[in-house]
Amino acid sequence: MFGVAKIEHYTLPAYFDARDAPLPDIRYVQNLSPEQKSLKEKEMGPWAALSNEEKIALYRISFNQSFAEMNRTTPEWKTVFGALMALIGLTGLIVIWQRMYVYGPVPHTFDPEYKAKELQRMLDMRINPVQGISSKWDYENKQWKK
Amino acid sequence: MFRAVFRLSAAGARSLARSRPCSSAPLASRCYSHGKVETEEEFDARWVTYFSKPDIDAWELRKGMNTLMCYDLVPEPKILDSALRACRRLNDLASAVRILEAVKDKAGPHKDIYPYLIQELKPTLTELGISTPEDLGIDKL
Repeated sequence: MFGVAKIEHYTLPAYFDARDAPLPDIRYVQNLSPEQKSLKEKEMGPWAALSNEEKIALYRISFNQSFAEMNRTTPEWKTVFGALMALIGLTGLIVIWQRMYVYGPVPHTFDPEYKAKELQRMLDMRINPVQGISSKWDYENKQWKK
Repeated sequence: MFRAVFRLSAAGARSLARSRPCSSAPLASRCYSHGKVETEEEFDARWVTYFSKPDIDAWELRKGMNTLMCYDLVPEPKILDSALRACRRLNDLASAVRILEAVKDKAGPHKDIYPYLIQELKPTLTELGISTPEDLGIDKL
């Protein structure tokens, strides 16, 4: 019927529930049971004769999720948030462990005396004299400008 | 014999037609496009005509409704009326209910639109035997 090429299922129209496309390309239920077939026959007649259960059954043949089911919020974000926080906490523990057992002592360049000498040298070299650090140093009175 | 009557009535009609636009303000239109701006009435009429096609098929209904729902608007009751009647011609009750659901969703935070639409569509719904999603209880989980 379709020639030699095999029809792949993913080349055929698919069912999607989407708010901006209320009527999907195909029915949700493709292979109807005998009851559903008789219900489809009954749909040809006046719709007022259908009960609410039958109308819902017809709706469920055509569609998977109603708009209420599509739009519902799930509490999944709590799991995601919790897992994220747990992972960040775990990372923090690893960093602390590394700090204690992997890395050596802090380099001597972090000592307060060394930092003070560094700052003095920057001032002596007049680093950034217009708007930066040296512009804020009062060289006359050897103190920061007020 | 009738020519005089025609001429008179034509003149009368023209004067009537000319007197009307003077009272209405000119339509605001963008200067950078030469395309004709479709008025809301023309838009509604176009969609009513689309869904009123006597031998509309299922694809046309789906395509029309999905396209209409992509616009930044909620369709007028008369458009929905013709769409629901198209569903009836196609014996597709589920799509009719789905359209009502979609319209409610489309109205977004404007809670007064959907009751107005249902109120306007009430005769059609009763005539065709379409239940609203609220009647069927599928508007709630």
